[in-house]
Amino acid sequence: MKIQVLGSGCHTCEKLYEMTKKAVVEMGLKENVEYVTDISKIVEMGVMQSPVLAIDGKPVMIGFTPDIEKIKSLIKSK
Amino acid sequence: MDLFFPVQLFSDWFSYSLLKLARKSVVAGAVNFFVFDSIKIFILLAVIIFIVSFIRSFLPPEKTKKLLSNRLEIIGNILAALIGIVTPFCSCSAVPLFIGLVESGVPLGVTFSYLISAPMVNEVAAVLLFGLFGPMVALIYIASGVTIAVVVGFILGKLRLESLVEDYVWKIKVGQNKVDNKSGFKMRLYDAYLYTADLIKKVFPFVLLGVGIGAFIHGYAPHDFLAAIAGKGNILAVPIAVLVGVPLYSNAAGTIPIVKSLIDNGLPIGTALAFMMSVTALSFPEMVILRKVLKPKLLAIYIAVLAVGIIFTGYLFNMIF
Repeated sequence: MKIQVLGSGCHTCEKLYEMTKKAVVEMGLKENVEYVTDISKIVEMGVMQSPVLAIDGKPVMIGFTPDIEKIKSLIKSK
Repeated sequence: MDLFFPVQLFSDWFSYSLLKLARKSVVAGAVNFFVFDSIKIFILLAVIIFIVSFIRSFLPPEKTKKLLSNRLEIIGNILAALIGIVTPFCSCSAVPLFIGLVESGVPLGVTFSYLISAPMVNEVAAVLLFGLFGPMVALIYIASGVTIAVVVGFILGKLRLESLVEDYVWKIKVGQNKVDNKSGFKMRLYDAYLYTADLIKKVFPFVLLGVGIGAFIHGYAPHDFLAAIAGKGNILAVPIAVLVGVPLYSNAAGTIPIVKSLIDNGLPIGTALAFMMSVTALSFPEMVILRKVLKPKLLAIYIAVLAVGIIFTGYLFNMIF
C-alpha cells in the first residue's frame, strides 16, 4: 500500500501529513507516508484542492480534516 | 443589538457583581467591554463559520469549474466573482485550483475574476461586518470587491496575457478522478462542525488578543486619538494602512476585533477596512505560491490590481461613511 499526502507545502498540508503519519503509527502499520509537493501531480489526479490524501495513487480524501479517525478508516478500507 | 442583550446583562453582572468593580470606573468599562465583545464575536463566528462551511460543501471546485466553462466571458466574470465570495482562498489550494480552471478551458480573465474576488471578499468578514456595523457596511464591502473583480478580470481577459502564465501549466494533463468526499446531509453537518471547531480553536488567541487591545484602548487611550493622526484629513492614511497590513498575515476572523477597536477609537472605517483587506488578501506566502504558476510580470499585475482595489475600497468607505 502506498500512502501519499500531496500538498502545496502550506501549513495545513503539513498538518495533514503529520496526522497521517500519526494515524499509520497508531494503527501499527509499517507503511511509509510520502509527502509530495509537486502540484502537477495533484492536478493530474483530477483534483483542484490541496491537501490530498492518496492511497495507491488514487485520491481518497480531498481537503483537510482534523478528524484522525476518518483518516484511519480510509486507510483501513483499502 | 437586542439579540445580544443577554450577553450585555452577563458582562454587566460579571464586571459589577462578580468582580465588584465600581460602575463608572475605567477598569470596569474596559472589563465590561472585553467580556461583552469577546462573547459576541465568538457567537457570531461560530454561527457564521458553521453556516458558510456547510454551504461550501455544496460548491466544490469541480462544480465551480463546470459553472465557469463554456459561457459568455462577461457572464463568466460575474459568476466567478460571486463564487469567490463564499469560497475561501487558501494558499494550499490556490495553485491546483488555478491550473485546474485554466486547463479545463475557463478563460484566464474569468479565472482572475475569481482570484481577485476570493481573497478580497471574505465571507466571514462580510458577516462579521454585518453583525458589528450593520447591513450597509457589509453590502458595500461585498459590492465593491465583486465589482473590482468583474471589471479587472474582464480587462485582463481582453489583454490576452496567456503567455505570462508559466509554460508548464499548459502542458499538464488534467486527470479524471471522482472522489466522493462529502456525502449525505449528516456528514456535511458533521464536517461543518469539525471545521468550525478547528477554526475557532485556531483564531481563539487572536480574537482574545484583538479584543484585549480593543478593551485597553477603549478604557485608557484618549478618545479619538486615532482620528487625530490617521483621520479623514490624512489622505495618505489608506495607502499606509495597506502597507502596514502586507507583512502581517492573519485570517479575517482574527483581524476583525482589532479593526473594530480601531474604528471605535476614531479610525475612519475605510482606512480600517483597507488594513483588514490588506492583511487577509495581500499576503507574502500566498504570492510565493502563486509565483509557481504566474510569470513575475503577471504576478506583479495581480498584486498591483489587488492593492489598488483595496485602496479604492478604503477611499470609497471613507467617502460614504
